[in-house]
Amino acid sequence: MPKIMSLDELKALRDNVKNKVDLRIKGENVDKMVVVRVAMATCGIAAGAREIMNTFADMVREHDLDYVMITQSGCMGYCYAEPTVEVTLPGQEPVVYGHVTKEKAKEILEKHIQGGEMVDGIIPVAHKSLDE
Amino acid sequence: MSCESCTNELTKSLYLELEKFINELPEKRGALISVLHKAQSLFGYLPKEVQVFVGKKLGVPVSQVYGVVSFYSFFTMLPKGEHPISVCLGTACYVRGADKVLDAFKKELGIEIGETTPDGKFSLDALRCVGACGLAPVVLIGDKVYGRINTADEVRKILSEY
Amino acid sequence: MSKYNMHILVCGGTGCLSSQSNLIVENLERYIKEANMENQVQVLKTGCFGFCEKGPIVKILPDNTFYVQVKPEDVEELVKEHVIKGRRVDRLLYQDPTTSEHVEDSKHMDFYKKQQRVALRNCGFIDPDNIEEYIARDGYAALGMALSMSTQEVIDEVKKSGLRGRGGGGFPTGLKWEFASKNAADQKYVVCNADEGDPGAFMDRSILEGDPHSIVEAMAICGYAIGATKGLVYIRAEYPLAVNRLQTAIRSAREYGLLGKNILGTDFEFDIEIKFGAGAFVCGEETALIHSMEGMRGEPTTKPPFPAASGYWGKPTNVNNVETLANIPVIFLKGADWFASIGTEKSKGTKVFALAGKINNVGLIEVPMGTTLREVIYDIGGGIKDGKKFKAVQTGGPSGGCLTEEDLDTPIDFDNLIAKGSMMGSGGMIVMDEDDCMPAVAKFYLEFTEEESCGKCTPCRIGTKRLSEILSKIVSGKGTEEDLEILKELSQVIRDTALCGLGQTAPNPVLSTLNKFEDEYIAHVREKRCPAGQCSALLQYKITDKCIGCTACARVCPVNAITGAVKAKHTIDQEKCIKCGACMEKCKFKAIVKE
Repeated sequence: MPKIMSLDELKALRDNVKNKVDLRIKGENVDKMVVVRVAMATCGIAAGAREIMNTFADMVREHDLDYVMITQSGCMGYCYAEPTVEVTLPGQEPVVYGHVTKEKAKEILEKHIQGGEMVDGIIPVAHKSLDE
Repeated sequence: MSCESCTNELTKSLYLELEKFINELPEKRGALISVLHKAQSLFGYLPKEVQVFVGKKLGVPVSQVYGVVSFYSFFTMLPKGEHPISVCLGTACYVRGADKVLDAFKKELGIEIGETTPDGKFSLDALRCVGACGLAPVVLIGDKVYGRINTADEVRKILSEY
Repeated sequence: MSKYNMHILVCGGTGCLSSQSNLIVENLERYIKEANMENQVQVLKTGCFGFCEKGPIVKILPDNTFYVQVKPEDVEELVKEHVIKGRRVDRLLYQDPTTSEHVEDSKHMDFYKKQQRVALRNCGFIDPDNIEEYIARDGYAALGMALSMSTQEVIDEVKKSGLRGRGGGGFPTGLKWEFASKNAADQKYVVCNADEGDPGAFMDRSILEGDPHSIVEAMAICGYAIGATKGLVYIRAEYPLAVNRLQTAIRSAREYGLLGKNILGTDFEFDIEIKFGAGAFVCGEETALIHSMEGMRGEPTTKPPFPAASGYWGKPTNVNNVETLANIPVIFLKGADWFASIGTEKSKGTKVFALAGKINNVGLIEVPMGTTLREVIYDIGGGIKDGKKFKAVQTGGPSGGCLTEEDLDTPIDFDNLIAKGSMMGSGGMIVMDEDDCMPAVAKFYLEFTEEESCGKCTPCRIGTKRLSEILSKIVSGKGTEEDLEILKELSQVIRDTALCGLGQTAPNPVLSTLNKFEDEYIAHVREKRCPAGQCSALLQYKITDKCIGCTACARVCPVNAITGAVKAKHTIDQEKCIKCGACMEKCKFKAIVKE
């Protein structure tokens, strides 16, 4: 490890390592976050849920979206529609998207998460989230 | 002693190690307490001979060494048992009945605080706060912590582990 | 770049380690590896979460699930259910004692609701052995800011924050720094007092275990402010975990250039050395601590000269306690005004307490100054154990006093506690219930100070011995009313004449219990009765009419004090009875009572 020689270098290092604790800080403020929950049970994973989760994670990092938290859940029960992704905006009811592809993920991020406007592909069932 | 020469050999190497530690100190001034820590970790306790040795090597009067050894509760001039038992008598343990736990150990082992059983297996001490107050009352045997000890039966059960 | 999407934090504080939290970490790592998820799930050992009563604690983020009393054998289920399938394991969640409902999220636990974590901000949040996690939480940025200010500006900022010493005395920290800075010398020292001697207190140790870098950073800031290049941490050798974490912290700070020469590219130089204590309560006193660091008996000397003028090896020395220092970086990061906005008029910021004794939630808590005792004991502490009645709480350890029911709504701060006959002390808070006998509690503390008195001055050496003798007399039923007068008078003399803080405050537990529970003392000396039923010498075992004459008690009595014919009520000869309680334990009919 080269020595830190100035406050700027310290700040650069901080920005670099910030992601180490990011998840915990977001967890502390979860009620103010947009929560993206990818169903990661066996069927979800088989349908490519892990890849979708990574896509979301990459996009969030790329756009520096501090207010988005990506996490996983167990089977949501929509096995026919895997991969499924649940999006919860602060103070709103969760919405579940089915058959999520990489392109769909991009659309969800840009329109729903950033724009607040829902897109096609919502599973139209009265959905109960994991917590209820 | 069946093999006096081996124990002498052993003690000799301990003294050598202590001497090495003292010689490698960056500064001898003010180092008495750290040297005593080292000596106790090597010998297990601080008998007179060790105190004389430390005094000589540091150029400090033995009276001063003894003054320090007897001042601090961490230092002991008596050998400990194979399994040193420390009953926490911190306030949190006290209000949850540590005095009764201590009595149970005394009764069970037949020794008082600061003593060692005749077979050298256990020694009994009291200490102030292990910091595991959530588990009060707490007892340490060696490095192992036993918490929430409430009855004499539990004391017997713990001792039977050894 | 890490792609972890789940963090599992396991408490690695002393309490939880005692309940095998190390093995929990090992098992977690093993099962996560078996599931091939080691790249997604990170397992971390952190400092104390504070909720020691229900340890070991495992917290899963980002969903904030808070598992309590986890055993190593629970880990398999935890990984398979929660980590892999996303289903919470209900039986390991915290159960609200009043509603009996499972609380899944630490934010909804009463224990955490009223707390505000400033000094403990990183405890239970970061891996204490990893400097980068501390840096990610703006670590060492406060040092960077301080180095860009003038030394007087740094001191002024600390003064403006209103921070007062958390070790007991409550002396304004900024002022202390200013004194040390004004005394010119070729060498000055910054000392961190980590010799937590109060039995039943574990705040400072927990900070060192959970967030050692905050102490390293604060000492460097202090060094810059007062013009010192050397720092010393005086710590008890009995705290192996804290010592270890601190050593690691110092080593990595050196590697990153945050200790040593030319810190952050400036010409400021600072380094830290650890000095071991060896267990002596009096070493919490500044001058005694300094003598102990010099390798001598830890005996205090009269002040002045204050350490700020003549301390370690006769050089200007600034001594601050661990919790005080832990507040320093935050003051710079968030500003003195922010800090001063928390708390009461004369006591700013927060205070960490080690809550213990007869309380439901034993643990480490941090609340804003001005929080009431009621909030601490009932809201955070969850009330008294086993539904018993609250009697008193001892603050300030052996130097403090007790507070009672009538003080429950007093806002806790330095001055209020002194006005109530106790003191803040370092933060031990021992809760007592109706079963605790106050003269016996006073005796417990006096036995402690008697043993810990260094013996240098007569009032303390002999005075505490006499106090503890009289108290022993009282609790064994041999005290007289005259003894109570002697207790008061002697206490006053010790308070006025002892050399150092230890001696001057030693009579406090006696005076405050005498003041608030005089009737209990009187019951002991006049009626030879212990109202709390704790003093075994004053107890009488009696056989009630429930006795059917089975003779079990008579057979178990070691001194043959019980007599009576078969199938007739037995009696206990009080003269012979040694109050061992064996008869009561043996009786199947609950016919023997203790009163």
